[in-house]
Amino acid sequence: MKTRHVRSLLVIVAALALGLPGATLTDAQSKGTIKIATQTPLSGGQASIGESIKLGVQLAIEQKKAALEKMGFKVELVPYDDQAKPDVGVANAKNIVADKSIFLVIGHFNSGVAIPSSEVYKDVQLTMISPANTNPVVTDRNLLSVNRVCGRDDVQGEVGARFAKDTLKAKSAYVVHDKTTYGQGVAEFFRDSSKKLGIEILGFEGTEEKSNFDPIVTPIKAKNPDVVYYGGIYDTGAPFYKQVREKGVKSTFLGPDGMDASDLVKIAGKTAVGMYYTTAAGPVALYPKAKDFSKSYKEKFKKDPEPYAAEAYDATSIGLKAIEAAIKDAGGKLPSREAISVNVRKTKYEGITGHIEFDGKGDRKKAGYFIMRVVSDDPAKWGDNKLIKQLQIDPPALKK
Amino acid sequence: MDLPLLISIFPQVLTDGLILGFMYALIALGYTMVYGVLEFINFAHSEIFVTGAFVGVEILLALKARGTLDLLSPFLVLIVLLVAAMAVSGLLAVTVERVAYRPLRGKPRLIPFISAIGVSFFLQDAIRLFESIWRNSFNLVYPTMDLFNQRFTLTETIDISVKSVVVIVAALLMLWALHLLVNRTKIGKAMRAVAEDQATASLMGINVNRMISLTFLIGGAMGGAAGVLFGIQYSLINPYTGFIPGLKAFTAAVLGGIGNIPGAMVGGLVLGLLEAFAASYFSLLTHGAFGAEYKDIFAFSVLILILIFRPKGLLGEVVRERA
Repeated sequence: MKTRHVRSLLVIVAALALGLPGATLTDAQSKGTIKIATQTPLSGGQASIGESIKLGVQLAIEQKKAALEKMGFKVELVPYDDQAKPDVGVANAKNIVADKSIFLVIGHFNSGVAIPSSEVYKDVQLTMISPANTNPVVTDRNLLSVNRVCGRDDVQGEVGARFAKDTLKAKSAYVVHDKTTYGQGVAEFFRDSSKKLGIEILGFEGTEEKSNFDPIVTPIKAKNPDVVYYGGIYDTGAPFYKQVREKGVKSTFLGPDGMDASDLVKIAGKTAVGMYYTTAAGPVALYPKAKDFSKSYKEKFKKDPEPYAAEAYDATSIGLKAIEAAIKDAGGKLPSREAISVNVRKTKYEGITGHIEFDGKGDRKKAGYFIMRVVSDDPAKWGDNKLIKQLQIDPPALKK
Repeated sequence: MDLPLLISIFPQVLTDGLILGFMYALIALGYTMVYGVLEFINFAHSEIFVTGAFVGVEILLALKARGTLDLLSPFLVLIVLLVAAMAVSGLLAVTVERVAYRPLRGKPRLIPFISAIGVSFFLQDAIRLFESIWRNSFNLVYPTMDLFNQRFTLTETIDISVKSVVVIVAALLMLWALHLLVNRTKIGKAMRAVAEDQATASLMGINVNRMISLTFLIGGAMGGAAGVLFGIQYSLINPYTGFIPGLKAFTAAVLGGIGNIPGAMVGGLVLGLLEAFAASYFSLLTHGAFGAEYKDIFAFSVLILILIFRPKGLLGEVVRERA
């Protein structure tokens, strides 16, 4: 026992001796530290996507921090886990805002978390660039500090409905959602667009259920729709689709970008093969410039990037560029948070997912929308999913 | 209103409700047996249940990794899963009792109750920690066994999957075995004696501590078996999966008359059926004004009504007034 105490004491002393003076030394050399925070679910059922977004940011920082370091600034990543819960996201946001050396937030994954959290960032004009939040409200609040590099659910819902009508020739659809801001939102857009196109909506149902979907599936089976649409994220979507299929429903499955994760087939297995999903994150294979990204990601983290990792990489890159411009504006000193927000809107950037430029409310101009089909029940082959259709659509103007 | 549609889905809703009900009943046994003997609510029971589900998935994943899962008969696999999960969950329940409840016996009632809530949190995160280290993920999926997913077509509108039959049959067998054990054997008699009066029972030569351990063993084993059946039926589990079913099962135990074994079964079935009917019929009956999300409100409203008129639960009168 005694030796163990002595040993742990030694470790602490050594750590103090090595760590603290080291930190002060570099601080003295540099003009300051610029921290970039990520807020994504790193634990829980959506962790695989949240982790991948964080790693995309990490890769971007490592590859692109040289420009800022040359100007004498240290660049650091601080990952936060929002657990896909609004209350946790907001609590983290308050900590982030309090840390004066954080100049950029990349996140979130869930619109329902991003919206209240960005209300906190807004107060100090701390820039948030979202790689994945598709709910229209995220940018429709017209906040200077909020931007996104992905598309919007009002467009995505319509893209899905058009696809159901034109390609799947669907006459009827049954819509289920998870009652989150994101899931219910995209499900409502899909429902409304479908109705306009003449698809009969046989049912519209919300549920917070996570494992037992039996009672919801029974009416679906009785009504036998052409398309079953689930507005939500893969962690509940996968068991839902699985149980629908296992109960003998033969409808075509269609879902939004929340289904775009390899964990979908890990959970749903064969039942997910052949299902369609719309997404605002194009498959990495589609972008010629993303090849290098994909390769270095795999080399560094020993796994394939999940969807939205490339978007996270781009969001970080454009953020770093804006910070650089803001530093120049400030005459080589640390800029204000607001200056960065202003600069992000001015920056034009050729990212790995194409040209990125924001409109007046923070939406990406000419955002990409994709319709994909799941081809294999092997999670490692998620990247091989077949691209059915690709569209570039400008965000709708702000409604006054 | 579309009457033929409502009638056509009735049998399907009934089977869904029965499956859910038997699941609740199996978990409720753990609550009710412990309450019957100690008048104490073992709030950690939902984690005992989840532990069973995790034991099952670990065995299945191990078999799958070795490629032997498809070679073995699914029924043999099922029996292995059930036995293993019952053993682990049963022993875990006994350990929890020995470590966290026995030292507090005789103290005011709130104290072991708080201890139980602590154990519940501890076990949730212990499972999470273990699975995070072991598999790098704590959301696990039961591998599919094709035979269990086959369906019998009974009529044009009704079919039932093999696994649903398995769940119902397994639950019935276990409930029947428990009934025999408690009412027809000497051990059962001793357990009932301890429940009646611990001091007198010990004067009669019954080892009270051993009987209490046995109660936890059996209740835990039933919970573990329910965990495996839950996993096979609904496939996705995580360390926090147990909370809601646990709460519902506890409700079922109260509904049936807590401390009463047939009551747990009746309460489980009533709650499962109420939930299934509410979830499937609400949106059909109200044209979407009320959705499936109101099922719990409906089920619990009925529960409150029943308890207003029968405060001791549906079968509560069978239990004798305690001293």
